[in-house]
Amino acid sequence: MGDVIDLSSFTRSRDGGRAEMDLALEGVSCGGCIARIEGGLKRLPGIDEVRVNFTNRRAHVAWTKGVTSPEAIVAEVERLGYGAHPFVAQQVEDDEAREANRLLRYLAVAGFAAMNIMLLSVSVWSGNVSDITPETRDLFHWLSAVIALPAVAYAGQPFFRSAFGALRVRSVNMDVPIALGVLLATGMSLVETINHAEHAYFDSAVMLLFFLLCGRYLDRAMRRRTRAVAGNLAALRAQTAHRVQKDGTVVEVPASSLRPRDTIIVRPGDRLPADGVVIAGTSEIDESMVTGETARRALKGGETVYAGSLNFTGALTLRITAAGERTLLDEIERLLDNAVKSKSRRVQLADRAARLYAPLVHTAAALTLTGWLLAGAGLHASVMAAIAVLIITCPCALALAVPAVQVVAAGRMFRGGIILNSGDAIERLAEVDTVAFDKTGTLTLPEARVTNAGLVARDMLETAARLALSSRHPLAAALAREANERRMFEDVSEHPGEGVSVEIDGRAARLGSPAFCDAVWTANQYGAASADSLIAFRHGDETAIFVVQQTLRPDARAVVQALRGRGLAVCILSGDRAEAVAPVAAALGIEDWQAGLMPGRKVELLRDLKARGKRVLMVGDGINDAPSLAEAHVSLSPITAAEISQAHADAVFVGQRLDPVAEALAISRDARRLMTQNLLLAVIYNAIAVPIAVAGLVTPLIAALAMSGSSLLVTGNALRLSFAWPFRKAEAGPPTETRQAKLAMP
Amino acid sequence: MNVLVYLLPLALGLGLIGLFAFLWSLRSGQYDDLDGAALRVLEDDDVTPDRLR
Repeated sequence: MGDVIDLSSFTRSRDGGRAEMDLALEGVSCGGCIARIEGGLKRLPGIDEVRVNFTNRRAHVAWTKGVTSPEAIVAEVERLGYGAHPFVAQQVEDDEAREANRLLRYLAVAGFAAMNIMLLSVSVWSGNVSDITPETRDLFHWLSAVIALPAVAYAGQPFFRSAFGALRVRSVNMDVPIALGVLLATGMSLVETINHAEHAYFDSAVMLLFFLLCGRYLDRAMRRRTRAVAGNLAALRAQTAHRVQKDGTVVEVPASSLRPRDTIIVRPGDRLPADGVVIAGTSEIDESMVTGETARRALKGGETVYAGSLNFTGALTLRITAAGERTLLDEIERLLDNAVKSKSRRVQLADRAARLYAPLVHTAAALTLTGWLLAGAGLHASVMAAIAVLIITCPCALALAVPAVQVVAAGRMFRGGIILNSGDAIERLAEVDTVAFDKTGTLTLPEARVTNAGLVARDMLETAARLALSSRHPLAAALAREANERRMFEDVSEHPGEGVSVEIDGRAARLGSPAFCDAVWTANQYGAASADSLIAFRHGDETAIFVVQQTLRPDARAVVQALRGRGLAVCILSGDRAEAVAPVAAALGIEDWQAGLMPGRKVELLRDLKARGKRVLMVGDGINDAPSLAEAHVSLSPITAAEISQAHADAVFVGQRLDPVAEALAISRDARRLMTQNLLLAVIYNAIAVPIAVAGLVTPLIAALAMSGSSLLVTGNALRLSFAWPFRKAEAGPPTETRQAKLAMP
Repeated sequence: MNVLVYLLPLALGLGLIGLFAFLWSLRSGQYDDLDGAALRVLEDDDVTPDRLR
């Protein structure tokens, strides 16, 4: 090909004539790879700095401008045997990283304060039952105050800010009782310290912050890792396009730099990088990514085509109408808007608990105050008892109950090849009772396969597959996957629209249409119905016909049965023709299927199901599925899906198998059970602690024990999830696919 | 109880040293690539073959 891609849009200039760039790496799997890439790149002239990050499979490179170029750097990494894809980190990812670091700083400060105040507090507690002098106790309390006040003011910020935000819009979230409890504990302790009292609660306030920040940080770290994976995958999938410049020359540019009214050339075998109108050329295109329809459509000048379609037979010249983030049918975008809005109205489990909890606690505190006053206790004693109620009910365990489980569940899904887009997807997955599958690319593998490979002589298959490596035709790409030897034959000549030919062992070999290979008679035996998916091969006098078709994912049948076994209804909603959907439905034993659905109709069907009280999990990949993915109660996409679909799915799964769908459901059901258990534990804790507080018997020692005890209990219960065994391990066979999936991810 | 005069500042001082060491390590990016750090330690490229013998 020899084209040079213009990578300047991925580089950033720095002072002193230097430039830098980030690369997403492919194939980095061991420590040796780090050394090979760093060492290899440093040998290039002009490289100032190379740093491989193994955790998120990325490299940062800085170089002196003019001495070397980004193109040379990418080429060098590829020569070393790795994939290198330049990318610009998205804003969300940067924000996520900064937020995680900030939380870690808060956590460090809270941890330091908790340790030192506890050191002082334990001395006071043991002194109170032995021989501490009031002066020493005061000194210890004042020291605690000096540490606690700045620590609370600094490390409590995330809670104060969130609580204030909720109160300003006249609502209550979990952070309101937390902020109130921490502030009251600190304030009251200060007053008590000034009054030379026996008890101060600085340790409770700071320890509370420490535990809660642990939960927040884990949650954030999990999300940050997901974002990094998503960013890498986007870079790996990034397309290039051939743009016709004003002077008529053709340059290869990243698809992200295309603009409307640019003219591009799409060669056979390429995916369309943007929406456009055909201005020259004729071809057939496969629009299954856009509509789900697997039959090819013949194109002529003036027709509109959409990004994601695959160009088959001829070169096309397009004028771009929409590029980048606007590569969508208007209707799909409108549908998406509606669906996304309706989903965000859902209230999460933890917030529902908080709405119930906060008023309850505050009423209890008020009743304690009035009760003690009526009983004739002094104002000071009554206020103290009421504040003790607020401190001890500060929902440490409650705030950890759900996030702790979410973090563990997300980690287990990650290992199973499922990447969550949103944390509350776990709760929604657990409620699912109906699973709706798209067909093309979801139940079937995203790429077509040679289905009769086993019936062709081994050496014929191997030679044909190696020859197919030289062709750009999409059918040839399917055949090329069968090749063991990945080296191309030399001196292959290409016959546009017909096939490729070469001489092997002194005999002529041809690969292409049946007519080109003089094998029409053999091809006819396969029937006319599949004529558009046949490749013929002739080597000397021998001929072979290869049938290239969509095939089911290897474990699709087992997964559908497993889902049924767990009491879920399964159906297919496809945009493809009925003739294409029926055999798939029959093979999987799914009676409930619909074909030829437009995107809007899919959404309507999902609404119908919702109206009948069904909770639907939608699994789909095409651009036409994006609105239904957003509309469904919860949704999954394979990693090969269109970008817009991935963005609107709640989770994305990797690999060729379908079992992540079943596994996601199993894990989320386990998680849901643990969340409920955890909330129950928190309630039991309160049932014991509140009466003690109302009775005015809470000492700082009891408060500290109760709070850390309940937090550890809840976290420990959440950790049980990571030891649970996936339900279908026994029937899954050798987990090669899973291992591949793991290698592909950090 | 006079021992408190230097024991307390000592305890707090040690804690503060730990805190600042952590904040420094955070700022210098030592937690950005935890998996890579575990593998880099096993590299022996800096050991020439003569020194191995």
